[in-house]
Amino acid sequence: MSASTLPERRPATEHALSSTLTADPGALELSPARAGARAATPPPAKKARSGPMADRLFGWAAKGAALLTLALLIGILLSLIVGAWPAIAKYGLGFLTSSVWDPVTNEYGGLVMIYGTLATSLIALVIAVPVSFGIALFLTELSPSWLKRPLGTAIELLAAVPSIVYGMWGLLVFGPILSTWVQQPLQKLLAGVPYLGALVSGPPVGIGILSAGIILAIMIIPFIASVMRDVFEVTPPLLKESAYGLGSTTWEVVSKVVLPYTKAGVVGGIMLGLGRALGETMAVTFVIGNMNQLNSLSLFEAANSITSALANEFAEAGAGLHQAALMYLGLVLFFITFVVLSLSKLLLARMKKSEGKAS
Amino acid sequence: MTTAEALLQAKTLAETRQAKFAARSRLNKVALALSLAAMAFGVFWLIWILWETLRLGLGGLSLATFTEMTPPPNEEGGILNAIFGSIVMVGLATFVGTPIGILAGIYLAEYNPRGWLAGVVRFVNDILLSAPSIVIGLFVYAVAVARFQGFSALAGAMALALITIPVVIRTTENMLQLVPPGLREAAYALGTPKWKVILSITLRAARAGVVTGILLAVARIAGETAPLLFTALSNQFWTSNITQPMASLPVTIFKFAMSPYENWQKLAWAGVFLITIAVLALNILARVLTRNKN
Repeated sequence: MSASTLPERRPATEHALSSTLTADPGALELSPARAGARAATPPPAKKARSGPMADRLFGWAAKGAALLTLALLIGILLSLIVGAWPAIAKYGLGFLTSSVWDPVTNEYGGLVMIYGTLATSLIALVIAVPVSFGIALFLTELSPSWLKRPLGTAIELLAAVPSIVYGMWGLLVFGPILSTWVQQPLQKLLAGVPYLGALVSGPPVGIGILSAGIILAIMIIPFIASVMRDVFEVTPPLLKESAYGLGSTTWEVVSKVVLPYTKAGVVGGIMLGLGRALGETMAVTFVIGNMNQLNSLSLFEAANSITSALANEFAEAGAGLHQAALMYLGLVLFFITFVVLSLSKLLLARMKKSEGKAS
Repeated sequence: MTTAEALLQAKTLAETRQAKFAARSRLNKVALALSLAAMAFGVFWLIWILWETLRLGLGGLSLATFTEMTPPPNEEGGILNAIFGSIVMVGLATFVGTPIGILAGIYLAEYNPRGWLAGVVRFVNDILLSAPSIVIGLFVYAVAVARFQGFSALAGAMALALITIPVVIRTTENMLQLVPPGLREAAYALGTPKWKVILSITLRAARAGVVTGILLAVARIAGETAPLLFTALSNQFWTSNITQPMASLPVTIFKFAMSPYENWQKLAWAGVFLITIAVLALNILARVLTRNKN
């Protein structure tokens, strides 16, 4: 930092960046020189006036952009309610428990789709939670440090792959394999068994609730695993080292020290994954089969979910009750994901707060 | 108690201890093996999906893919109009969404970051970040498509822009918070107005991070299908008129992959290949940018 740059106002912004980085401690010593320089060349008075106006404009623009986010959420809610109003007025909450969906007779109920959405997401969670936990455990406690980064990146890239890729892969590659190697052997094995036999019935084409659930699981593993890894990493090393010092094994440290400490964050991560699974559209639409039926609860029977019903029917639905019913489904979906994601956010925020207290 | 009894007791105690230790270390080994298996499971899917995409995608790729329009069933053709449509809509969405996202991120990080409004906006933004994208499509349908009586590329770009904004807000805010307060204070001390401090000091210092956020947002919307289904719809022909329905890569893939026609499925694989490569490249580029900064 040289004193010669100080009297000029314009380059000051340019130099501030580099000068504070390189010569921060020296800044104080220069202040007498600066005062002298100021007295010699007084700053132009006009320039100071243009500041506040531009400042206020910029502040308003920033605030406006922030408010836009709020407006967007409210706008989504309002437009869904308005769009769904004919269906809400006609069916009320009975819409949620009726399984009739017939555009021909103009009768609608959302139970089939709601069941499909919840069932696929549940299957996805059952698979994804233990796997994600294992991945997070591996990345935080087990992995050699040179492998941590590439493996973490690989898992995060899995999250970046567009859902349509998963969908197409699920339909054309994974579905046939699932049907040949899992469904048909299971059907043979459980042919005469009551209940269990019905659970695996259906045409062997590899689409249905189970395929959709598995694809969803693969999609949400990266989300849950990276949140879990992040919260595992904030566990104070002191706690872990004390447990190791008492002779605990790695598993005991993770299950009895790390997990209780990060409970809220782990549940938050799972909720985040659930939110993703509930709202996922393309991957599910490809593999669920899009059939409005609830007669067979088989895991291999084609079904429908809220998102796939919207994706398939909305563009073709005429204005009227059909469209309103689909909007109603969208509203239900938005409401469920809103609640789940809010919970997730609150839990993760609590985690952050306790982290702040500990340090 | 005789010495023999005491010895015996000590021996059994040692034995039970040993047995307990063996059980504990066995449990530990099982748990760690399972964890290793889980990691392998995760990587396995990534490799499988990428492998199939590469194999089938390269198989479907040809020069005609980039030079011809989407064909009718069982005829030769390409996906030029879909690629063009995707670029137009993603470009428009980024152009509109990015400034809004950066401005809102600036508000959260620089103006009153602890105020109630910032808290609420942050919360809502996190919800929007993970909200189902198809719901955004419904919203745009209700406010734009239904009102103006027609599907259009403009509506599609609007839906994509609404998805960009939360991503950009989040990364901008995070990156601005990483800028050391000393930089701002030094600039203020020189009498710089706030807007100028933000634009030419803090934002410039956080440039790499903000660009990363934009790249991630582009990667996210490039593969989005659901919000385009009933906003931009699709178009079998070439159009550069943004008030008309326009084809896009994801929607075309969806249509072609669900069809029984072999040539359509082949083109769909070629499209999937292009999208996957583009999205992964953007993600890796974003990572490289932030790593250099750190």
